[in-house]
Amino acid sequence: MKKDIILAGVGGQGILTIATILGDAVIKEDLNLKQAEVHGMSQRGGAVQSHVRISDEKIHSDLIHHSTADIILSLEPMESLRYLPYLKEDGWLITNTQSFVNIPNYPQEAELLEEISKIKNSLAFDAVKIAKELGSIKATNIVMLGTTSKFIGLPYKTLKESIKSVFATKGDKIVKLNLNALEAGKKQMK
Amino acid sequence: MDKLLLLGDEAVGQGALDAGLSGAFGYPGTPSTEIIEYIQENEDAMKRKIHFSWSANEKTSMEEAMGLSYAGKRALVTMKHVGLNVAADAYVNSAITGANGGIIVAVADDPSMHSSQNEQDSRFYGNFAQLPVMEPCDQQEAYDMPREAFALSEKYKVPVMLRLTTRLAHSRAGIIRKEVIPENEMHRPDDPNQFMLLPAFARENYKDLLEKQSQFIAESEESKYNVFHNGDDKGMGIIACGLGYNYLMENVQGSDLDYPILKIGQYPLPRKQIEKITSECDSVLVIEEGMPLLEEKLRGYLDNCLNVKGRLDGTLPRYGELNPQIVASALGLSPKPVKDIPKTVKGRPPELCKGCPHRDTFVTLNKAMEKYGKGHVFSDIGCYTLGFLPPFNAINSCVCMGASVSMAVGAAEAGFYPSVAVIGDSTFGHSGMTGLLDAVNKESNVVIMILDNNTVAMTGMQDSAVEGSIEKICAGLGVEKEHIRVFKPLKPKHDENVKIIEEELEYSGVSVIIPRRECIHLRRKRKK
Repeated sequence: MKKDIILAGVGGQGILTIATILGDAVIKEDLNLKQAEVHGMSQRGGAVQSHVRISDEKIHSDLIHHSTADIILSLEPMESLRYLPYLKEDGWLITNTQSFVNIPNYPQEAELLEEISKIKNSLAFDAVKIAKELGSIKATNIVMLGTTSKFIGLPYKTLKESIKSVFATKGDKIVKLNLNALEAGKKQMK
Repeated sequence: MDKLLLLGDEAVGQGALDAGLSGAFGYPGTPSTEIIEYIQENEDAMKRKIHFSWSANEKTSMEEAMGLSYAGKRALVTMKHVGLNVAADAYVNSAITGANGGIIVAVADDPSMHSSQNEQDSRFYGNFAQLPVMEPCDQQEAYDMPREAFALSEKYKVPVMLRLTTRLAHSRAGIIRKEVIPENEMHRPDDPNQFMLLPAFARENYKDLLEKQSQFIAESEESKYNVFHNGDDKGMGIIACGLGYNYLMENVQGSDLDYPILKIGQYPLPRKQIEKITSECDSVLVIEEGMPLLEEKLRGYLDNCLNVKGRLDGTLPRYGELNPQIVASALGLSPKPVKDIPKTVKGRPPELCKGCPHRDTFVTLNKAMEKYGKGHVFSDIGCYTLGFLPPFNAINSCVCMGASVSMAVGAAEAGFYPSVAVIGDSTFGHSGMTGLLDAVNKESNVVIMILDNNTVAMTGMQDSAVEGSIEKICAGLGVEKEHIRVFKPLKPKHDENVKIIEEELEYSGVSVIIPRRECIHLRRKRKK
């Protein structure tokens, strides 16, 4: 088993929380993980990404090789396209569609959706709306994780356990919100 | 033993803690910051009363570590690559004094300049100071190496550098912990004059250091971090250092490549293994994450002995960090078809956060500077460097920590008016204070703006060394009290704040203006 996943978004959107949950799940499953992330200047509202590599064999590189990623999981539509060189031919691009506009030349939404639809395996939907209905837009990242859960090579049950451990310090209400977000996200992937 | 999931930086912190560490010293700087942050949050470190608070700058960190070492304890110093320039006086001379308790100098380099102003390679400093360097290729080595580095440091009584690069520092993987080594008992150096570098002693110590060089090489030849893998295809041998080894193995795994490979993780370079690979192979590919240190040595000035490939002949790019694609291409592997980034995707540079006090400060400063035109504001290293970008376009320089103040002084001495410096509170404490002393002594006509957000914000909200004492420091350095002005950068106060800057611009002498409002992230962090 080997899964290479690119997490994409804008600084502050919560991709590192997704990475933390995946890391926790990998330890629970006794698999190998390498997860490279971005700290420092880019975290201030810039484009951020994390390379997550999960395998039952030794993983050498901290970075994913071009054209080999199984999944791009993005919290922002334009950011989902920035990492296309990493996606393998039949890899999945899964993205939230609500834009994070903090640059003057941000493209038209229709252009972005058209580019996303050109990818053989892609799914784009408004995850912010789903998270909002569940109680907080902060759970958008976990909705997206739920949508991707089928492809990441980790048992769904373990992901749920990891959400419980990672959010434990924030109280039962937050744990429940995120478990609901995971479930709602999962339903998006038919 | 426990399995932990750690960043490369955190693995160094845990590794040092488990290897008898008594004190960690450093100044925050990407990508090195998380080493000390990890130690600060570690329960064992608290129980053991390990020293772990931040220092004013990298030089004081290095010197404090040398003091702890003098007392016989094991010390860790952390910094980013450009921080080693600041600490260089202490680091290079520490090779001559040597160590008593073990010293590890952990330096994190930032090839490709993700969060830095250059991509200098700290291994060159190790080479220059003639000290051993260790370079982990993965998180487990980052955890393990402090153990051997301390042992090596105490065996030869010299500091040992641990060189990291961004992708290891900020990448997480599982590590297996080893048994915890107890801390050293306090003991002074056997030779009471060891740290006395009066010329007569320094000459003896230096001879001693030169004599140790062959022993350092012998250590490298025996090191478990320098590994020779045999291969049948002698058409090419590959020498790979640090992370370069990972990118190599990523490509070798599952392929039919069968070249001899020498993995390097400890310096000075292991002569025996290098002789073996260069003599048995027709050519040698050198893969280094950073500048071509090993490659330059192999080629020599005339470059007429060996068939070497690497960064200097274009087999690998001359600059920037490596990745699996670049190394694949150097190995001659044909690339898979790659999807392009659609043209509709635009760059998204970092920016000052919404609600950041610097935003208001720059709007205010721009208004006050309007009548003088552009090009008068020297700045520095920190979040406020983003004030260069639109919509602010408020600053004109960013060189090294503290340079804003000293450059403003120099420009003012040329008659340049107005000459303004913009520096953050922590950067001022790091190395802006000395420039301000110059300004006072030279009676320079400058306005020094110290943007006080009460934290080291860019690296993730570490404590600022000058918290609560900026006015006292400025007054103590000789700035007149009536020209030390404080304002709160907020929209409703815009007009009165503009007036304060205008008044000080019109004053002929040294003015300090302190826009003071807490970083919005600090408020959130403290709420937690």
